[in-house]
Formats: sequence, structure tokens, C-alpha cells
Amino acid sequence: MPAITFIHPDGKSERVETSGEESAMQAATRHGLDGILAECGGNAMCATCHVYVDESWLARLPDMADDEDALLDGTASERRPNSRLSCQIRITPERDGLIVKLPERQV
Amino acid sequence: MTASGTPASTGPASVPHLDVDPFDMRFFADPYPAHQRLREAGPVVYLDKWNVYGVARYAEVHAVLNDPATFCSSRGVGLSDFKKETPWRPPSLILEADPPAHTRTRAVLSKVLSPTAMKQVRDRFAAAAEERVDALLDKRSFDAIADLAEAYPLSIFPDALGLKPEGREHLIPYASVVFNAFGPPNELRQQAIARSAPHQAYVAEQCQRDNLAPGGFGACIHARVDDGEITATEAPLLVRSLLSAGLDTTVNGIGAAVYCLARFPDQWQRLRDDPTLARNAFEEAVRFESPVQTFFRTTTREVELSGATIGEGEKVLMFLAAANRDPRRWDRPDSYDITRRTSGHVGFGSGIHMCVGQLVARLEGEVMLTALARRVAKIEITGEPKRRFNNTLRGLDSLPVTITPA
Ligand code: HEM
Ligand code: FES
Repeated sequence: MPAITFIHPDGKSERVETSGEESAMQAATRHGLDGILAECGGNAMCATCHVYVDESWLARLPDMADDEDALLDGTASERRPNSRLSCQIRITPERDGLIVKLPERQV
Repeated sequence: MTASGTPASTGPASVPHLDVDPFDMRFFADPYPAHQRLREAGPVVYLDKWNVYGVARYAEVHAVLNDPATFCSSRGVGLSDFKKETPWRPPSLILEADPPAHTRTRAVLSKVLSPTAMKQVRDRFAAAAEERVDALLDKRSFDAIADLAEAYPLSIFPDALGLKPEGREHLIPYASVVFNAFGPPNELRQQAIARSAPHQAYVAEQCQRDNLAPGGFGACIHARVDDGEITATEAPLLVRSLLSAGLDTTVNGIGAAVYCLARFPDQWQRLRDDPTLARNAFEEAVRFESPVQTFFRTTTREVELSGATIGEGEKVLMFLAAANRDPRRWDRPDSYDITRRTSGHVGFGSGIHMCVGQLVARLEGEVMLTALARRVAKIEITGEPKRRFNNTLRGLDSLPVTITPA
């Protein structure tokens, strides 16, 4: 099964196995990872699953929908060019090995 | 969940029939044993009292919420089928709409109530929470519903909307009508609608552009008319959605949180020790008490759901509160635990209709519980809590408490 890596603000990294069908957010919450709140449960309505995607992976991400784009404007930690909502990134085999950094704050 | 060609003859006959009336006073007084019966009877049940299907397990509630093409909202999210009965008021353009109409109106309210918009009101909401707690510390003994759960949202939300000061006493009664009206034609609903005329007149008037202060949520909705996103006749109805759903819900949400923290002193102590848990303590109260207990959908076609075949045009009642305590989904579902991972609860719904005001609700809950945790050492219940009865909302009518300053 594809696995992904979350890097905490303090530099500590955490590798998480995914089910092959779920989003990066779902994998994180299922493993009890700190730093992803996902208050809306993955409905692209809360912006508390914000991540910074490692530059080398940007091209392999799904396109950003308008609602995700609008939500990213209101994230608690600053929006950067590589900001995404982890609930909108499904971890398919092509995204095996994805690396994302967690922001300082989600609310 | 998926379509199937099974004949309709397996319909209501193949699912367990229950005599539970989820809109009866005895049910409201203690819904938990009945919720358990509903969950354990099967993934889909049939309620003979009102001739509706019911789902009370997490998986099926979540599935129904996330298949709006099959389980539609435009025929009403209460018992009444808008295809067969005239709605008691003009239908909501968002709650009682399906895509593509819903998509357009939803985009407008999502923008007006976005995370960016919350940053603009956060300091004001937090200062008002501090002020409210100051006033309560002067009193020491008070009714946590009237003086806290109602007084706090009333002190910020109508202003945030941009409402005039006059007539605000209609707001909670209007919302109470709206949420009673989703229920069956029982006494609660009939009486609520019979007395609704003055509240409806007030609300219709306040939704007009001229009556909404610049900069408020209401004016922001009307501003979308100018960029052509919605029409001038749609705007007042979208403002009405915030008047209907934005106040009484948070009253019951904050009331639920205070009631939980007063009942479970160990959780109160954890919050005192770490006030950053306030936001999750509120969220967990929304899961635990589910201020919005139920909503309906109507099937647009014959559908098979977890082995049960449901015909076209059937009402399906979703027990959000029962799903939020389904042991199939939650560890120790009947414990209020402020450190629980609450993500995925359906207290705000799920899918395309998931509460568009959820960020407002969480902000109010967070800043109020933070203010309490910082300033109050102890909350004691000093008298019998009284329940308020409504066909959809669950909450208290009064909760006598005494607080001790920190
Ligand atoms: C604790 C407080 C609240 C609770 C428990 C709550 C619950 C819900 C639920 C369960 C739904 C889903 C309805 C469905 O699926 O048919 C919903 C939708 C909605 N809520 Fe809330 N709500 C709360 C606060 C608010 C606030 C503060 C506002 C406005 C500022 C609001 C406005 C709405 C609107 C307009 C909808 C319809 C959304 C749509 O159909 O797309 N709610 N709410
Ligand atoms: S979980 Fe809410 S936006 Fe991703």
C-alpha cells in the first residue's frame, strides 16, 4: 500500500501507510497524527487539514478546485505556493512516497 | 448506496418495522435507548408511525448524506414531501435545494462565512465572550441557558449579520418554528406554525437589503447580486437561511457544551489545565449531544441501501445523533471526551449540505469555552435542568448553575 510522509514543524517526520483509497487527511487522522485537525471531515469546508507539499511532488497532485483555492486563502498559517488541503489529495499508487510539511497551526 | 434492479416487493417488508415515534415527548425525554433499538434493529428500518424509512447507524447516515442525487433535499428535509404538499414557507434556496441550483447558492454563503471572514470577526466574538463571562462572574448564580447559551450568541450574531436592534426577540421563536416544522404534523409543529405569522413577518422584513447594516454577513450576501451571482429576489431568502439556522443552533450547541462540562468535572478539569482544548471540547459536545438531531431526505429513484430496497419518492429519516454514538464507529461513544478525535462526526451533517455555518459555530464555541476555562474554577449544577422540546433541536430550557471564580 502507498505510504506518505508528514514532516512536523519541529522537523520530526512521520511515515503513514494508506489504504490505497483514502486521502492524505484520512490516512493522517486514522493514524492519530497530530497536526491535521480535519474539522469538516474531508468535505473541503474548514481548511484545518492544510499542508505544504514538497516541491518535487507538486506536478503529481490533482488539480485544485475553486473551493479549495478559496479556503486556502483563509488558512491559520500563511498560504504558500505549495499549500494544499490534504483532504483533497487522494493517495493513489502514483503518489506513493508523497512528502508534505505540516504548518505551525490549523486554527 | 448503489442502484439495483431488485423488485419493489422487497420494499418495506424486508426491513424491520419499529413502532418508535422519534417526535414524541417521551422519546425526547430520553432518546438513547430508542437510538440503540433503531441502530440494532438493522442498517435500514421502517417507522410505521410516520411511514418513513430510518437510518441510525453511522455508515448508512454517512452514505445517505453523501449521495444527494439519490437522496434529495429539494422535496424537503422534513417529513413533508414538497412534491405532494405545499411547504409552510417558501423553500430554502440552499437547504431545500439540489445541484445545480444548490451549487450556486452554496458558493455564495460559503464565501460569506469563509475562514477569511472568520478572521475578521474573531476578535469581536472573543471580546464579547470575555464580557459575558465577566457579567456572569458578577452574578455567580444564573441560568446557563438564558444568561449564557442564549445571551452570548444574541450579543454577537445579530450584529454580525447586520440586523437592526429592534425586533430581535423574534429570532429564537422564528428558528424554533423552522426546526419544529421539519417534524411530522404533531402538536409541536401545528402550534409552532399557527403562531408563526409575526415572526415570519419580522424575518421577511429584516432580510431586505435596506435593513442590513453595511459590512455584515447580510450585506455581503446582497453584494453578490451586483456581480450577478444571485438575483435580487434570491438574496433575501439566503439571508433568511442565516436567520433560521444561525442562532438557535449555536444556542443549543453552547448550551450542550456547558451542560457537558458541568456534568463531567474531570473533563472540565482537563479544559482548565489546557484551555487550548476549548475548540475540541465544543466539537465533542456537538457530537455527544447533537443539537440538530435529525434530517430527512427523499429518494429520487428506487435504491438499494445496505441490502434494503427503498422505492422512489420515499422519505428517509437520518438519525444524526444516533450515528454520532454508533459503537461501530466510535470508541466509548457514550463518554464525553474533550480529547477525542471528533473528525467525521455528523453533527454538522456531511457532504454537499454540510453546515455552511460550521466555522461560525466553532468560533463561538471556542471563544466562549476559552473564556470560561480561563476565568472560572468550578461550574456546579444547582437545580433540576429543564428540557426544551423541539422536533429537530435538542437542548435545555433552563440549567441553574453556580460558578466559582478562578
Ligand atoms: C452548533 C451549531 C450548528 C449545528 C449543530 C448545525 C447543524 C447543521 C446540519 C446538521 C446541517 C445539514 C443539513 C442537511 O444536511 O440537510 C446544517 C446546514 C446548514 N447550516 Fe448549520 N448548524 C449549526 C450552526 C449554523 C450556523 C451558525 C449557521 C449560519 C451562520 C448555519 C447555517 C446553515 C445553513 C445555511 C445550512 C444549509 C447548508 C446547505 O444546505 O448547503 N448553521 N447545519
Ligand atoms: S478536512 Fe476540512 S477542508 Fe480538509
